[in-house]
This record gives sequence, structure tokens and C-alpha cells, in this order.
Amino acid sequence: MDKYFIYLSVVLTVIIFIPLYRVLMGPTLYDRVLGAGAIATKTMVLILVIGLVFNRLDMFIDITMAYAILNFIGTIAIAKYLGTRGYRKK
Amino acid sequence: MELIHVIADIIVSLGAFFLLVGSIGLIRLPDFYSRAHAQGKADTLGVMLIIFGLLLTQLSGGAYINSVKLLIIIAFVGLTNPTGTNALVGAAFRFRLKPWFKDEQSGKTENSGNEIKEEEKG
Repeated sequence: MDKYFIYLSVVLTVIIFIPLYRVLMGPTLYDRVLGAGAIATKTMVLILVIGLVFNRLDMFIDITMAYAILNFIGTIAIAKYLGTRGYRKK
Repeated sequence: MELIHVIADIIVSLGAFFLLVGSIGLIRLPDFYSRAHAQGKADTLGVMLIIFGLLLTQLSGGAYINSVKLLIIIAFVGLTNPTGTNALVGAAFRFRLKPWFKDEQSGKTENSGNEIKEEEKG
């Protein structure tokens, strides 16, 4: 079971690196923000799986909750900033 | 190996598959709005499935506080990830990002979603 989760963490690391293309090469600013949010969402799962491998899941769950809240607040703040700026320019 | 571990491994593998689909959709789809669709639905489902599989392993081990915390994380991700994507799409729509659409007269597809539309005068 533990070996399965080690393999899963390697696969998740490969999956996390895929949206980095959209962050670096994104045509618009919104694509970059979306790719950053996707990376943060997948990193949350990776932290949980690493906690299960280390057998200290009770400590890593709290880190995951803080990371989820930071991701949500960051995305909402960037969306509000970009939206109001575009709206005001009209 | 017990049965619940096999079920948890299958659910976690399914979640990893959905995360892979979301990542591929994020780099392959032609438009910002369709990319937001890939990130808002496939990623959320994958994350919720993987955390549910971890919850099954914790529940079989007898760690009930960890199970409750993982349930809280599932509810939080299911609420906030589509909300964040929706806010971002609303900002892009208010900035008048042009969507990708199929031209109806000639029938060929036109990839015009990557440029910001010029603002109207007045």
C-alpha cells in the first residue's frame, strides 16, 4: 500500500508540471492565473499523499487546509482586481 | 490486503486519471473559457476523488479525526474551486475577452479567442 502511494506521488508530480506550460506561454493574463490556480489545486493533493507516505497525515492535513484557503483567496483577489480594472476602463 | 484498501486504491487511481485529463485539457483546448471549464470541473472531481480515497484508508485505520478533517477539505474544495474559476471567468468576460466560435457561413473554425477585443468607442 505504501509503495502504491509513493508511485502515485511521482505521477502527481508529473501531472503538476503540465499546466506550467500554460503559465509560461499563456496568450492572455487570465490563462496564466488559471494555470497557477490549477498548479495550486494539484499541489494540495500532493501534500496529502506525501503526508500519508510519511505516516504523519494529522500534521499535513492542517497544512493542506491553510494552503487551500490561501489558493482560494488569491484567486478571488486577482479576479476582483482584474475585473474592476477592465470595468472601469469602459 | 483488505477489500477497503483495494477500493481506496481504485478510487485514487480514478482521481489521478481525472487530474491528468484536466491538465491535458488545460493545455490543449483552444480558448480561455473552455480551459476554465477543464479546470473547474475535471480538476475538482479528481481532487475530491483522491481525498475520498485517502479518507477510506484513514477510516479503515481507525483515525476518525483525520477522516472528519478530510471530509471538511472535500467540502471546501468542492465549494471554492468552481467559485474561483467562476470569478476569473466573470472578470475575463467583463474585460470583454472574445470567445472562440465557429464561423457559420464558411464552416471553418476561427481561432480568435486569444486576443483581447478592441474596446468600442463612445
